[in-house]
Amino acid sequence: MSRLVVENLTKIFSLGFFSRRHIEAVKNISFKIEGREIVSLVGESGSGKTTTAKMILRLFPPTSGKILFEGKDIWKDLKDQESIRDFRRKVHAVFQDPFASYNPFYPVERTLWQAVNLLEKKLSNKKEALELIKESLVRVGIDPKDILGKYPHQISGGQKQRIMIARCWILKPLLIVADEPTSMIDASCRGGIIQLLEELREVEGTSIIFITHDLGLAYYVSDNIFVMKDGEIVERGHPDKVVLEPTHEYSKLLVESIPKLYRKLEGL
Amino acid sequence: MLLKVENAKAYYKLEKVSVKAVDGVSFEIFEDEVVGVVGESGSGKTTLSNLVSMNILKPLTLVEGKILLKINGEFKEISSMSREEVKKKLWGKEVTIVPQSAMNALMPTIRMAKYVEHLAHSHDLAEEKLLAKAEKRFEEVGLDPLWLKRYPFELSGGMKQRAVIAIATILNPKLLIVDEPTSALDVVNQRVFLKVLMQLKRMGIVRSIIFITHDIATVRQIADRMIVMYAGKIVEISSMEEILRKPLHPYTRGLLNSVLTPEPEIRKRGISVIPGAPPNLISPPHGCRFHPRCPHVMDICKEKDPPLEEVEEGRRVACFLYSEERR
Ligand SMILES: Nc1ncnc2c1ncn2[C@@H]1O[C@H](COP(=O)(O)OP(=O)(O)OP(=O)(O)O)[C@@H](O)[C@H]1O
Ligand SMILES: Nc1ncnc2c1ncn2[C@@H]1O[C@H](COP(=O)(O)OP(=O)(O)OP(=O)(O)O)[C@@H](O)[C@H]1O
Ligand SMILES: [Mg+2]
Ligand SMILES: [Mg+2]
Repeated sequence: MSRLVVENLTKIFSLGFFSRRHIEAVKNISFKIEGREIVSLVGESGSGKTTTAKMILRLFPPTSGKILFEGKDIWKDLKDQESIRDFRRKVHAVFQDPFASYNPFYPVERTLWQAVNLLEKKLSNKKEALELIKESLVRVGIDPKDILGKYPHQISGGQKQRIMIARCWILKPLLIVADEPTSMIDASCRGGIIQLLEELREVEGTSIIFITHDLGLAYYVSDNIFVMKDGEIVERGHPDKVVLEPTHEYSKLLVESIPKLYRKLEGL
Repeated sequence: MLLKVENAKAYYKLEKVSVKAVDGVSFEIFEDEVVGVVGESGSGKTTLSNLVSMNILKPLTLVEGKILLKINGEFKEISSMSREEVKKKLWGKEVTIVPQSAMNALMPTIRMAKYVEHLAHSHDLAEEKLLAKAEKRFEEVGLDPLWLKRYPFELSGGMKQRAVIAIATILNPKLLIVDEPTSALDVVNQRVFLKVLMQLKRMGIVRSIIFITHDIATVRQIADRMIVMYAGKIVEISSMEEILRKPLHPYTRGLLNSVLTPEPEIRKRGISVIPGAPPNLISPPHGCRFHPRCPHVMDICKEKDPPLEEVEEGRRVACFLYSEERR
């Protein structure tokens, strides 16, 4: 059984009350993700990547189509609070805009306490929980002293994103949906975050969906790359194939636009 | 020269402690250049940008140093002016900052045009004139002027970012500071955005640009020079080509080695990580702040703070590997 099966997924947004405008954000896409698999979803702004992620995360329902996680339809088969809680434990999000993921009125570590509370195995006391939280922070390259007790506006964007990844390390989910997880993390730490996610994959068998416009990153980490354009997957396959020999016009443009270190883009 | 920063220190003064986010930096921005500021998350890049534009709000405090901006041919010490005064007199015209995630901070329920109206009010300018200017600027950045009447949520990320830059440059600021403007954009839109920036510069709408990012491959495309920050300090300043050819500071080297782009050189080199984590800025390490992570650490590095010194023409580095003091 595949860990995640997405079948004919479609999302249509309707705008306005009277003059209905429809945006077909995701159009009939299908794919599968196995245990231990890392898949990257790349594509231009507005191509439907986040919309796809949000449906998989059960944040809003698809207009049509199915999402099966561990064989269960996440919109039809999760009926009671406990199965939804279980889903939240097993499927974890790391979001694009870290500014939106924190409540400004609480210290940032609240999100880590929430993760600890979600754990199936209850910790015996607060001290043990705090140790786990500190360890998770060290894992993502943050000195706990730097952030504990601080409010979201007091820490940097990159620090916020790393805290979301520390959450993953606490929960050890089966599936991580990471929407631009390293967009605010500089390159030198990005390597560490990627190693951490790869370690989760090796040790825990975690599957990961990377949503990114960083094709360099996608190229190095993925087992498969899906290229999205206007709500459709226009090219898919092994990174070597997609990045080195793209066939679809759009993937070609995408590869061409990647900023390189040793070559300058033309026509700027 | 357009801007000169002399030994500036800016700390976040909290109840009991201070976060030394920018700690003794000196640099200058010349006319007609693009300078990239790169560095790890938390190294003080955003703080530096706020400092340069005197956008200093508590708990951030300018502790020491001077910021001089050339206004009508003369250097003016803006660091001795109040934020309110700088805001009223200089923002928008002499210096403009597009903050990190500005495009996500747009209120979804406020039409783009409203921002232009705000700008008109805060500068006592005629609304209609400014709106007309905005329409023109929208066209110049490749947006249909009709988008001014739209709401931010109706625009894609790439369009939003261009709208933000169009509005930020309406008054032809001499110095434009953009903080992580491309990190939320896909590569195609990144490229469009870089092109728009360069075009604004070529047209003389802006003179010089400070481009803050952690993405060296992106800034490399347009920057003439690069400033590398580490833990609140500048560790290296150099022309872009030289720094790529031969990074001097061990941190710069580490940073370049961690760039991932689909290129044969990089594939050969593989992915590498700078061990350890950046220090806490409340009580940063003694001596060189990079020493706990540095592969070339020497005794002196643990004791003394290396000064930023010129080692070749136009190249400054703060590292004892290149210093006389090394013995
Ligand atoms: N809540 C919503 N209401 C209406 N339209 C929406 C909504 N969310 C997204 N859209 C539209 O759906 C389309 C796909 O958006 P989505 O956010 O999934 O793109 P994306 O690929 O994640 O882009 P980016 O790279 O900019 O994050 C866009 O046209 C967007 O404007
Ligand atoms: N309002 C604040 N109060 C206290 N500390 C702060 C505040 N804002 C930032 N800091 C701290 O100052 C340091 C520098 O932060 P800054 O936002 O300038 O970094 P940055 O280089 O822009 O990082 P990023 O790449 O993540 O945006 C960090 O240690 C951060 O935690
Ligand atoms: Mg998105
Ligand atoms: Mg910043």
